[in-house]
Amino acid sequence: MTRHVVATVDQIPPGARMLVTVDGREIGIFNVGGEFFGIGNRCPHNGASLCRGRSVGLVEASEPGSYQLSRRGELVRCPWHGWEFDLRTGKSWCEPDRTRVRSYDLKVEPGSVFTEGPLRAETFPVSIEKHYVVLDV
Amino acid sequence: MATEQQTAGADLPMRYAGAIDCDLHPAVPSMSALLPYLDDYWREMISVRALDRLNLSLTSYPQNAPISCRPDWTIDGGAKPGSSLKAMREHVLDRYRPRYGILNCLYGAQVFHSEDMAAAFCRATNDWIRDEWLSRDPRLRASIVIPAHNTELAVAEIERRADDSRFVQVLMLVSGEVTLGRRQLWPIYRLAERLEMPIGIHAGSAYRYAPTPIGWPSYYVEDYIAQSAAFENQLQSMIAEGVFAKFPRLKVVAIESGLTWLSGYIWRSDKTWKGVRAEVPWVTRAPSEIVRGHIRFTVQPIDAADERAAIMRLVDHLRSDDLFLFSTDYPHWQFDGDAALPSGVPDALFRKITSENALATYPRLSKADRAMEIAR
Repeated sequence: MTRHVVATVDQIPPGARMLVTVDGREIGIFNVGGEFFGIGNRCPHNGASLCRGRSVGLVEASEPGSYQLSRRGELVRCPWHGWEFDLRTGKSWCEPDRTRVRSYDLKVEPGSVFTEGPLRAETFPVSIEKHYVVLDV
Repeated sequence: MATEQQTAGADLPMRYAGAIDCDLHPAVPSMSALLPYLDDYWREMISVRALDRLNLSLTSYPQNAPISCRPDWTIDGGAKPGSSLKAMREHVLDRYRPRYGILNCLYGAQVFHSEDMAAAFCRATNDWIRDEWLSRDPRLRASIVIPAHNTELAVAEIERRADDSRFVQVLMLVSGEVTLGRRQLWPIYRLAERLEMPIGIHAGSAYRYAPTPIGWPSYYVEDYIAQSAAFENQLQSMIAEGVFAKFPRLKVVAIESGLTWLSGYIWRSDKTWKGVRAEVPWVTRAPSEIVRGHIRFTVQPIDAADERAAIMRLVDHLRSDDLFLFSTDYPHWQFDGDAALPSGVPDALFRKITSENALATYPRLSKADRAMEIAR
């Protein structure tokens, strides 16, 4: 497994997202209320950039006329056709088993991990004072 | 007739023995037939208002339009097509020898603007169907005719028939007063589900609004062609409004809807749902899946140049052979000779269409069927 430092935490405040390229792959990094999620940027339907989609909550109904909104901001709607993707799993809402994007494990690590341990951030200048978004591929 | 066509079999009446004909149209011959079933007030009103001079055929089915009656199914003396049980026996029941035939009476009673008048005449029509048809031929079953524009009165009429197991379905027109998914109609669906009766939606309009989405047509040909679009709109309404989420055991039978539009519809509906499903979050399955689970279609008319190919394509596209129900649509003119179904449909599918699917759709039929087997 390779670890990549993709951003500093303060580059992607809550509610924001950032498109990064790791090993030639476009990955969308989303900050939802302080929690970071990464998914493949390319919509499996027609290839739109999911990073350009609107963040939405999960809409459900226990019966007709009863609307429930939960998990605010944890899904992204494709900007072209509106398909919803779950940032936690990469699965589409309508066809979870058939239509999905890859989801990536992200961790927030303090700069000390890189300067003191075996990990190295080759392309990213790391400072001990900051926290970093780290992606495992 | 060529010999090889006959060997295919679907144009031989005996191939339909034991089938279930899901669309037969008995016609109220004249107002006098209903008089015994109306109360004093309405009997007097019929005379005072000269209602007995009205034909009261549905405008959607003008009596002399070619499609309203096959030429060889007319009745001597010019009586309304479908108004004679004797003729229906000769033309269909004794010829194809179906196990059951379901009567769907299309009549002005369903569409009267006055809710009370509609209810009184629907009630009389159902009584008349019971006495003049169901009680005179054990093969016959019927749909309950209701004043669909008044839910309370419609529910009362269904309740009145609930204990008579020969009424197997509730009949509505595809174009009534409101879209069929609306919650104001749900008490009808709730009761139908409880009584294990499908909602039969038949082509036809009450003309409360233009029968096409682009306005009023000038000609009959426009009106008849537009019916299938109305079916498409109503299925979408029922799915989007959550009728099948609310009533998971409810079945709907689209009668005389045509079939070939279905393929395009489910594609368009599934595709659009994926993008805007949050608007109708109770729709948790693709519309095509809901169609597969809840909607059935009678197979006259099919509306295709090659009807066998059209059916096979739909079975493939909808991934189901449960959806289609045999019907002659008597006395409407949808096919010639005895080929009520196209030849060359695989045997297993032919059996499903001619009887197994109807037994699965109409629990009241399969219960009667089981009772008959026990009695033997």
